[in-house]
Amino acid sequence: MAEPLMTIQNLQTHFVTDKGAVPAVDGIDLHIRKGEIVGIVGESGCGKSVTSLSIMGLLPKPAGTIAGGHIYFKGEDLAVTRERRMQALRGNEISMIFQEPMTSLNPLMTIGEQISESLRIHRRMSRKEAWRESIAMLDKVGICRAESIVREYPHQLSGGMRQRVMIAIALCCEPELLIADEPTTALDVTIQAQILDLMKKLNEETGTAILMITHDLGVVAETCHRVVVMYAGKVVEEGSVKDIFYKPRHPYTRGLIRSIPKMDSDGGRLYSIPGSVPLPGTITEGCRFAPRCEHAYERCRTEIPELQGEEPGHRSRCWL
Amino acid sequence: MAQTAAKVQTVIQPPVFTNPWSEGWRSFRSNKMAMAGLFMILLFIGAAIAAPYITTFDYKEQDLMGRLQAPGAEHWFGTDDLGRDIFTRIMYGARISLWVGFSSVMGSILIGTLLGIAAGYYGRWVDMLISRGFDILLAFPGILLAIAIVAALGPSLQNALLAIAVVNVPVFGRLVRAKVLSLKNEEYVTAARALGMRNGRIIMHHILPNCLGPVIVQGTLSIATAIIEAAALGFLGLGAQPPEPEWGKMLSDSRQFIATAPWTVIFPGLSIMLTVLGFNLMGDGLRDVLDPKMKN
Repeated sequence: MAEPLMTIQNLQTHFVTDKGAVPAVDGIDLHIRKGEIVGIVGESGCGKSVTSLSIMGLLPKPAGTIAGGHIYFKGEDLAVTRERRMQALRGNEISMIFQEPMTSLNPLMTIGEQISESLRIHRRMSRKEAWRESIAMLDKVGICRAESIVREYPHQLSGGMRQRVMIAIALCCEPELLIADEPTTALDVTIQAQILDLMKKLNEETGTAILMITHDLGVVAETCHRVVVMYAGKVVEEGSVKDIFYKPRHPYTRGLIRSIPKMDSDGGRLYSIPGSVPLPGTITEGCRFAPRCEHAYERCRTEIPELQGEEPGHRSRCWL
Repeated sequence: MAQTAAKVQTVIQPPVFTNPWSEGWRSFRSNKMAMAGLFMILLFIGAAIAAPYITTFDYKEQDLMGRLQAPGAEHWFGTDDLGRDIFTRIMYGARISLWVGFSSVMGSILIGTLLGIAAGYYGRWVDMLISRGFDILLAFPGILLAIAIVAALGPSLQNALLAIAVVNVPVFGRLVRAKVLSLKNEEYVTAARALGMRNGRIIMHHILPNCLGPVIVQGTLSIATAIIEAAALGFLGLGAQPPEPEWGKMLSDSRQFIATAPWTVIFPGLSIMLTVLGFNLMGDGLRDVLDPKMKN
């Protein structure tokens, strides 16, 4: 197995509110190897996005802070890295693309200027070189007429095109890790498939590892090598895509998989996990999923299980 | 038949996209009121620039034999109580009013934007300090504060200009601060941070340009109020000093002749009104273009 590119150990990210610190991410462990695509799945509010912002050092200040744990990226602990160093890493070695392609581009700058900006900062390219490279990047992410698109403004492009531009910007400095925070949620299904194909293709060509944050298991099945399932700030199960889809162990993962609509279903009511995600910090004892779990018993409510598993690489946090 | 078919066929032209500025100009051009405002402003700017070529009189040349002449072929707008040609004085007066309007607002924009960005972007104690400063300035009625500043510094056009600039700083400061607060949460600003850009670059490339729309609108409208304030200070004898042909000063100097020689007050008053109206109309037009949400 290849050396991990990034290892997260017991990461705790807290948000300070009027009622004290709320743990949005509560001790997660995660690793991603070079060239790997890892998916983080979970419902809204389970800490997926906070995890990615913690890695990037982009937590909203002053409310969000990393209260504990380590984020080792190529041997460097990002949890304690200073802002200046983070600025050199961001966009250069770790990039991020966002959910909303409609608002992620500056409306007053041309596409070319926005791609060039990153190249000029990190690669110290001249204006001309950066411009040429921008056109090449647009070509690479499958935008035809790249020559004329560089001169256009974001409002002249469709959502799918803009997301391609975002990917071009994120990948122009050949980062080793790309964090994609729900990259296809705002796009329609056909465009979604194209964008995912593009990301997979670029992953194979450039070897950029991708951390795919999503609530859509379909996206995971289509693109990822490994999956981490999060619930209420904790990792509840991790394993290969095959493990998760064919042999899910944690009741939460099973619930998620059961709630995917199937082609051969008889048109009855779609399954949904009863209840909703608890507010961060409200469950302090036992397994966090216990109140919604149909198999929960006494021990689940008092003791929190460890992440464990018999097979290598497939672990889950459940007493059963 | 062939003829009707040809008639039905319409030529559909693809929309020509250019940059946001020329698109804005197109939409501004179709706004009749705004264009009227622009025309008025250009008229006064033209008069201010071309004054020496249009008139042969000197704005401070007195003709005590020809005092208070009614408008006529020689003196289009008549003469004042010292026999000076009012038309000439209006044109040279446009230089003063436009200069005060533009430069004081430029000053307010420069300082207000700087402070507004600092307050909005850095927040916390910086914001606290700057915002409370604005609150203090806004606690005084504008013209009263201006009078106080001029009274402290001594009456002159420069000091009047400075006073008006100071009074308008919090207007721009608060506007920019509010805009920065909303821009800071825009995804493209987060995206810029995720690309490793430093604060300075984010402010210059991503925050400042996106603040400019409302600032330009407010700036245009503020020129109008600055011109009124300058005229008011002139009227009170705190602005331009004689023999400078400042419109407000002209009004106050001739107000005793309002019954006998109304042209001495009508033309300066009309000039103030038209320039202010011009800037207000243009400002409203710019708002429709640059801030579509405010429409209606």
